[in-house]
Amino acid sequence: MLAQAIEIWWTYGWPLALMVAGSLAVLVGLLIIVAFLLLMDRKVWAAVQLRRGPNVVGPFGLLQSFADLLKFVLKEPLIPAGADKAVFLLAPLATAACALAAWAVIPLDQNSWGKWVIADLNIGILYILAISSLGVYGVIMGGWASNSKYSFMGALRSAAQMVSYEVSIGFVIITVLLCVGSLNMTAIVKAQEAGVATWLSRMAGADTGAGQVIAKLSFLNWFWLPLFPMFVVFFISALAETNRPPFDLPEAESELVAGFMVEYSSTPYLLFMLGEYVAIVTMCAMTTILFLGGWQSPVAMAPFTLVPGIFWFIGKITFVFFMFAMVKAMVPRYRYDQLMRLGWKVFLPLSLLMVVVVAGVLQFGNLAP
Amino acid sequence: MQKLLAEYLPLIVFLGVGLFIGLALLVAPFIVAYSKPDPEKVSAYECGFAAFDDARMKFDVRFYLVAILFIIFDLEVAFLFPWAAAFKEAGLYGFWAMMTFLGVLTIGFIYEWKKGALEWD
Repeated sequence: MLAQAIEIWWTYGWPLALMVAGSLAVLVGLLIIVAFLLLMDRKVWAAVQLRRGPNVVGPFGLLQSFADLLKFVLKEPLIPAGADKAVFLLAPLATAACALAAWAVIPLDQNSWGKWVIADLNIGILYILAISSLGVYGVIMGGWASNSKYSFMGALRSAAQMVSYEVSIGFVIITVLLCVGSLNMTAIVKAQEAGVATWLSRMAGADTGAGQVIAKLSFLNWFWLPLFPMFVVFFISALAETNRPPFDLPEAESELVAGFMVEYSSTPYLLFMLGEYVAIVTMCAMTTILFLGGWQSPVAMAPFTLVPGIFWFIGKITFVFFMFAMVKAMVPRYRYDQLMRLGWKVFLPLSLLMVVVVAGVLQFGNLAP
Repeated sequence: MQKLLAEYLPLIVFLGVGLFIGLALLVAPFIVAYSKPDPEKVSAYECGFAAFDDARMKFDVRFYLVAILFIIFDLEVAFLFPWAAAFKEAGLYGFWAMMTFLGVLTIGFIYEWKKGALEWD
């Protein structure tokens, strides 16, 4: 009886416990990184406006986000009288859970211990696209259930905006996939091990000094260089998709107060904010994986290659997030019709054209992977 | 079946853990925080006015149109995924087949544009 129980534990319980531990490690790590990126966002914004930003809690205000978490938990949770209570509370949960779910397939590193990813799906990128589309549900549910005019208008705007830019994000992903030939996230990073730098070094002569130097510059191998227009389109669409400034129309304070979140307080509000920031970090990670070579080191030489891949991955995410923060600080807000025009009349035709161009070059240049 | 389970079970577990973290945060203030609602506090925000009428009002049909356009284009993107993954295997035939499809789609897109479905004013 006991032997049987032990065997059941080893065949089912132990792997399951490992999965839970792995998931917890990734999620807690992610949330801690999000907490510091949130602080960085505020600090960068403050620095651009010649302010100090949060600097009271902890050294240089490093613990500000954690203090905010405590404050949110201790605030009074309010549910408006006219609200649909179940949907009202389900909306932030849906937003946060969908945003977190994307991280199951994001590869953090690959080394002698294997692939650092929770679920190595062969359709990883399709899963990300699907789960990030589900984020719209939280917005629509929250806006509708609040039974407030501001929330309702904010939700409509936000949903239309997220949906519009998702189309061009989809096309951009297609162009990258054409160059990879697989939907697996790890394969996308692996495909960037050879590229423009390899080709240039072969042009210069692989055994000449110049050729060898160029071959070391692995950051030229990544997809941002050959697919540069797509990199730009992806970055801007990512801003719009995550409702970041200059596309933060759903929460345009001067007209809609806080968009679909007006009626929320305490941790339901926190979950919306968390979902939003996790979605932003997911977009940064996607940019890193699709265009900036994931966990690969930018220069294939001794001091750089010794750094574990996960640090490069986090470093690149931080870099992309810094660009997000700078855009927030420097660019004025778009008008709604300009936003829709940019999405449907500029990015959509452009990315559609680029799919055709990339496919044509790969087909007739015999470059298909 | 075994392989499918091995690939997707971690995903389900991950979703479960994520949902649990969200749920724990959502429930926490209802347990620990001070709560004393009154009618003014729980009324919908409307710049200090009492709400004029129901918030679930009529809205612009353009939002509906955007949703329909999104469905068309997003389905088509989903249709391109397998082609992109099997680009080499599909070969020249697959290339031209997909170009024809994109051509038809572009005609539809131009029609939409000329009809003014993309205008927002």
